Amino acid sequence: MTNTAEPLPQQPARSKWRDVWDQFKKHKGALVGGIIFFTIVMLVMVGPFVWPFEANEVNIRLRNQGPSWTHPFGTDQLGRDTFARMIAGGRTSITVGIAAMALSLTLGTLIGVAAGYYRRLDGVLMRFTDLFLSLPILPVLLVMMLLFREPLSEAYGPESGMFVLIVVSIGITSWMPTARIVRGDVMALKEREFVLAARSIGTTDRKIIMRHILPNVLSPILVSATLGIANAIITESALSFLGLGFPPDFPTWGRLLNDAVNYLQLYPERVLWPGLAISLTVLSINYLGDGLRDAMDPRIRGR
Amino acid sequence: MLTFTIRRLLISIPTLLFISLVIFLLLNLAPNDPMAQVPLTVPPEVKEKMREALGLGQPIYIQFAKWLMQFFWIEPQVLIDHIFGTTFSEGDLRVISWQTRSPVMDIVIQRIPQTLWVVGMSYVVGILIALPIGIYSAYRHYSVFDQAGTFVTMIGYSIPPFFTGPLVIVIFAVQLGWLPSTYDTLHQVIDWDTFVVQLKQMILPVMVLALQTTAQISRYMRASMLDNLNQDYVRTARAKGLSEWTVVMVHVLRNSMIPVVTVIALNLPAIFGGAIITEQIFKVNGIGQQLIGAIYANDLPTVQTLTFMFAFLIVFFNLIADILYGLLDPRIRYD
Repeated sequence: MTNTAEPLPQQPARSKWRDVWDQFKKHKGALVGGIIFFTIVMLVMVGPFVWPFEANEVNIRLRNQGPSWTHPFGTDQLGRDTFARMIAGGRTSITVGIAAMALSLTLGTLIGVAAGYYRRLDGVLMRFTDLFLSLPILPVLLVMMLLFREPLSEAYGPESGMFVLIVVSIGITSWMPTARIVRGDVMALKEREFVLAARSIGTTDRKIIMRHILPNVLSPILVSATLGIANAIITESALSFLGLGFPPDFPTWGRLLNDAVNYLQLYPERVLWPGLAISLTVLSINYLGDGLRDAMDPRIRGR
Repeated sequence: MLTFTIRRLLISIPTLLFISLVIFLLLNLAPNDPMAQVPLTVPPEVKEKMREALGLGQPIYIQFAKWLMQFFWIEPQVLIDHIFGTTFSEGDLRVISWQTRSPVMDIVIQRIPQTLWVVGMSYVVGILIALPIGIYSAYRHYSVFDQAGTFVTMIGYSIPPFFTGPLVIVIFAVQLGWLPSTYDTLHQVIDWDTFVVQLKQMILPVMVLALQTTAQISRYMRASMLDNLNQDYVRTARAKGLSEWTVVMVHVLRNSMIPVVTVIALNLPAIFGGAIITEQIFKVNGIGQQLIGAIYANDLPTVQTLTFMFAFLIVFFNLIADILYGLLDPRIRYD
């Protein structure tokens, strides 16, 4: 509560980000989502250093155990600790999600800005975007996995080769929505007076884009960044689930889910952990994105 | 409107050609040897012969032209022959699967009904659930029902089918034992009992796919209803003394359906793509499972054909959505 008896406003002018944060705090779902996502990220980043078991530590005597104090999620058919595998899997899944999001965001922003700013490029680039939008994403991804898996595994080793392949293929098949949104915003911004003013004092195109256009399209980019992570995590898990992702001994959430499905009749509870992890992460990110969208929108923020 | 439709049709032809080129090049320029599975004891000159028999010796543009010819000229002829009993396609080479050595399209035709049944049914069920939810949550904006609806749609967005699938299997097939966990495609409906069995085995896959449809469509329905509920014509209708039911279900609903119908058309191909995973979980032998099988077996002609068919569906339904928009909304007549 502000003190109405104060004669003069003593506070300094509020920055935009302060307003965004205030609005963001009002969206309870987004706040909870943000906290949950942050917790999951911390858990998978710090977990391997704290947790006593290794993800690939085989202990055949302790196989197929239920939950206990030493193994809170139980052990799998080779006696590997499921919790340790979940942490390792989450590490991969979230890293893939963030890397693929970064790639798709870079591509989308580049193409969106180029199409929106330079009228000559607009037609070509937007047809190109339409073509990519008409590609059937999942089948094309599966085909890419089939074709480039072995050469890349030979070139970079089975794990980092797959990592590169998955990140690149998710990245280049998911940049289209970002490009479209950015293009629309850039087209509107380009006609504004401050851009005209900047141009009239001789600012180069590159500087106009870097200083005036990009900071103003930051909010849609940030929103699509959060949704991009969720999308990439789901896609990577789907590929791993279909057995076309990372090699079998390399845990990711999708892979763990796939392994658990084979033991569905005997140990149905095993499906829960990776499935819940994926869903919880994606759900929290979606809520986060929802809140960010509201917070970034100046029309909603004023209310 | 007619000129628009024709123009739009003409635009989709180069789009399709380009997509087929991309898919073709992706498959053919990739470092991948179809002869990799052939035993090492086969002498190299025999291998070369086999390679030529598969049409791999020729330059890439001839291969592409031949594939186009096979796909767009010979396969439709086969279809016409099949329907009318004519003999246009006799002696022509068709797209042959490397896996089964039989024409790819024959297998596709065998498998499409299963996919259509499961996917189509789930889409219908999803829409039937989604529309009332969307309408009611918009009408009671910010009510408990609306909040719950938002939460359920968020869950529908966030929980991927490869988790809901095993989850419903665990609950309904393993724990409760009410429903079968796999889809038996050999099952034939001849009387009431077999119909019940068929119904039971369809519930789980349809449920999993319908959850996603419901989440998306109800979201659009709600947003579109909200846009329309504040319009002036709604106030006019209420002022005229029309009943609340007529105002909402006739005036507002009809206007709100315009974007929703196009979204329904646009999302249909994506559902086919998503069905790949659901088919895999419930062992439905539809075209999605055929694609996965072909990918595991390195069967490039089948992969190429199916991927192109998925792309064709997307382009086709984009076209339908564009035309529907113009037809339904007199404000957006394109010419």
